[in-house]
Amino acid sequence: MSNMNLFAALPEIVLLVAACVILIADLFVPDERRNLTYALSMAALAAVAAVLWFFLDNRVLTYAFNGMYVADPMTTVLKLFSVLAVGFMLVYAQGYARDRGMWKGELFTLTLFALLGIMLMISANNLLVIYLGLELQALSLYALVALRRDDARASEAAMKYFVLGALASGFLLYGMSMLYGGSGTLDINELARRVATGQVASRLSLVLGVVFVIAGLAFKLGAVPFHMWVPDVYHGAPTPVTLLIGSAPKLAIFAVAYRILVEGLLPLAVDWQKMLIVLAVASLVLGNLTAIAQTNLKRMLAYSTIAQMGFMLLAMLSGVTKGDAAATAAAYSAAMFYVITYALTTLGTFGVILLLAREGFEAEEIADLKGLNRRSPWYAFVMLLLMFSLAGIPPTVGFYAKFVVLQALLVDGVTSAMVWLAVVAVVFSVIGAVYYLRVVKAMYFDEPAGEVATVPIVATTDMRVALSINGALVLVLGILPQYLLKLCADAVQRALGG
Amino acid sequence: MGNSTPWLSLAIWIPIVFGGLILAAGRDRNAGVIRTVALTGSLLGLLVTIPLWTGFDATTAELQFVEKAAWIERLNAHYHLGVDGISVWFVLLTAFITVIVVLAGWEAIESRVAQYYAAFLILSGLMIGVFAAADGLLFYVFFEATLIPMYIIIGIWGGSNRVYAALKFFLYTLAGSLLMLVALVYLYTVSGGQFGIHDWHQAKIGMTPQILLFLAFLAAFAVKVPMWPVHTWLPDAHVEAPTGGSIVLAAIMLKLGAYGFLRFSLPIVPDASHQLAGFIIALSLIAVVYIGLVALVQADMKKLVAYSSIAHMGFVTLGFFIFEPVGMAGGIVQMISHGFVSGAMFFCIGVMYDRMHSRQIADYGGVVNTMPKFAAFFMLFAMANAGLPATSGFVGEFMVILGAVKYDFWIAAAAASTLVLGAAYSLWMYKRVVFGEVANENVAALTDVNAREFGILLLLAAAVLWMGVYPKPVTDLMDASVKQLIEHVQQSKLPTASAARLDR
Repeated sequence: MSNMNLFAALPEIVLLVAACVILIADLFVPDERRNLTYALSMAALAAVAAVLWFFLDNRVLTYAFNGMYVADPMTTVLKLFSVLAVGFMLVYAQGYARDRGMWKGELFTLTLFALLGIMLMISANNLLVIYLGLELQALSLYALVALRRDDARASEAAMKYFVLGALASGFLLYGMSMLYGGSGTLDINELARRVATGQVASRLSLVLGVVFVIAGLAFKLGAVPFHMWVPDVYHGAPTPVTLLIGSAPKLAIFAVAYRILVEGLLPLAVDWQKMLIVLAVASLVLGNLTAIAQTNLKRMLAYSTIAQMGFMLLAMLSGVTKGDAAATAAAYSAAMFYVITYALTTLGTFGVILLLAREGFEAEEIADLKGLNRRSPWYAFVMLLLMFSLAGIPPTVGFYAKFVVLQALLVDGVTSAMVWLAVVAVVFSVIGAVYYLRVVKAMYFDEPAGEVATVPIVATTDMRVALSINGALVLVLGILPQYLLKLCADAVQRALGG
Repeated sequence: MGNSTPWLSLAIWIPIVFGGLILAAGRDRNAGVIRTVALTGSLLGLLVTIPLWTGFDATTAELQFVEKAAWIERLNAHYHLGVDGISVWFVLLTAFITVIVVLAGWEAIESRVAQYYAAFLILSGLMIGVFAAADGLLFYVFFEATLIPMYIIIGIWGGSNRVYAALKFFLYTLAGSLLMLVALVYLYTVSGGQFGIHDWHQAKIGMTPQILLFLAFLAAFAVKVPMWPVHTWLPDAHVEAPTGGSIVLAAIMLKLGAYGFLRFSLPIVPDASHQLAGFIIALSLIAVVYIGLVALVQADMKKLVAYSSIAHMGFVTLGFFIFEPVGMAGGIVQMISHGFVSGAMFFCIGVMYDRMHSRQIADYGGVVNTMPKFAAFFMLFAMANAGLPATSGFVGEFMVILGAVKYDFWIAAAAASTLVLGAAYSLWMYKRVVFGEVANENVAALTDVNAREFGILLLLAAAVLWMGVYPKPVTDLMDASVKQLIEHVQQSKLPTASAARLDR
């Protein structure tokens, strides 16, 4: 294990080099030729994706940098989807960013660095590396939110995001320091070994550490009661940035939560499982109920994210205290599948918002979608699929996400204590359907209103193609979910050491 | 008829593919082409179900025309289709009604024609999928997916209160079916990771889980049937749905719920079914008597028929839960018959609505004077709705009452009150709408049915009379399957004491 093994970190290395090249190259690109930077960024993403694709066949667990970095099928899959999400984001951002003076080099480099942070978080196997990745990601995102300096709401959102995000990072770091104090190591594998064999200085400091780590992660995830920033940031940030915040980072937080809680601190599961139950149920309740009251689409999606993350946490927490390896693997692969499909669906929904936005018009109220079916039946249909996917109605992929989570909860049968969680999840899924249906209602049942109705939808070809692919994926993966389910199951199986 | 041709898959996917094509290519300016393509799709869909009937082997209760392929290996779910003597009728009914629905909207639908026909064709394929699915997850996917087109149909082409009705319909059914999903996941777990419905029929389940499962299934199916007291979405949805939507809703969607009882509740949790039969019978009788009375006072024709549908479906559930073979078969015959009769009733109301744009009984009167041909057909269907002998409505009701007498005389007596109530609300409405002097100049200006409408009415009338006069082919085909179902219901699925000992 004591070697650098740079090859394992090839995706990150490619991305880092590309990001630096783009950073410098962009200095020589005049504003009107910005498409060059765009093309370069897409090429960089494609190169990273290609490397990851090549890694996908690699079934072994590889450590690099003396065990600080890990690469296995799970990290590869999560990174692949992160790259995909960022790629979609840049395609969707074009029109919006051009109209608002955001089509600048910073958009690309900051996005690529955020992606680098995300990939680092996914692969980190050391508490400090996790923190480094998290901060790289978070600092890039703070700056991206503030990219429209002249926009008061965006600046406010950036400020809020920064202050609360810094607080969350503080929590996380504090928790990590306690874990270090209790166990004497920063290495996750070593931490796991010491906790399992009882070689710890103080169990109390470990438990306290877990509390702070979970609070920090819940902050980043946007779980209740650490969700306050989510609606404001989603609402205030420029929509492409909201899209970025809402998609790829969730994959990274999932990986970090898995790494610290499951790989590192499984013996403490009795403690953190209860915390996750509280977070999950509170998120489901508050997220779904508050989302109903929203009239702003971005705020509604923010609360919907809170609820969706609650659902994902249910899967996370159902994996422990079973002693049954297959059930454990099923639970974490359910969580992974959930978070991937969530990211995929979120991309599309914000993509539609971006499609409708124009200069001086954000298209972010639910009312702005009125009569979309008359204006553009195809994109209305795409949005319909995305909404039903978020609501968990077959034949969209969101159904299988909810299904595997329920399955993970019920694996012990009706006598298990998890049943009431399943019932809560189901009840709030019905309540959640209300606001997704409202969007469908606006698109299909209402007539176009106001100035929106008259303006045709303009978008570049790649945007149209990407959005169509996005929508089609939600349907195709919903009819044939086998491939993605198996990908997640195999990845988790390998990560658990099966 | 070999197993070589996947007739069931064709029956499911032909309408869906045609629907998809229409959705992708259709615009309002080529409405004529769309209608023709939709009709072709629905006729092809009907055509491929004919081999299911002619090639059906009535001597066995086994699934026929089985298709099985790996679908989601990770969950051990299969693309597993097959029909038995019960479900084959619903496949046929669905394909037949789809043709009627396409024809029914021929002139009335002028806006978003492509989406209208696409929604109905896709819905049709999905519903056939529900009846043909032999895999629990596949069943659920089809079952839930029907919500999407139906929500759109009610919401876009419905009447003034359509948004409310669509939302109510969606949420009621979603709440029910999600509880069923929990039940399916539970069954998947106890059966050792199987999704085959017929594997579940063999599962041994303790009494407490059986009761919980039964209640979960009840939540899903009772809403769809719909049973009192969760029926309130139906009148709203019906009144606001376009004619085609009402026909599909009454003729087929409601059958999904009753079919669910047959496939899931009765054979999988028979002990709980016996335990709770009294409860279901009570709900059924309330539906028959109370909802029958409610139907009597309706001023809106569609509401009246909607309530009468609830009453008729009460008969179906009553037939299932008295556990007599004749009652069970009667319930199924009643389902098929109700498909034709309620479809016909809603079509008749649609014919009048297209001309007058009113569903209020009070706006009509003396229609017979201006629409004699129509009045004759309407008469037949009203009679069938009332359960007159020689119409299909009579056969099922009679069989159920026959079964109920064996079970308990007083239940039979209460159920038989439907013959009076049904006659009262159907015929009283008919009298007020059709007979008498011409009520106003709108009625005076009515024109009689055209060739298209005449054809539809003729088809439906033929079906109603055929089932009323000679129901033997129907009952013969389902006989073996009903017998097997009864066997499953009689057999206890509790883990026996000796089996429990062996486990240990």
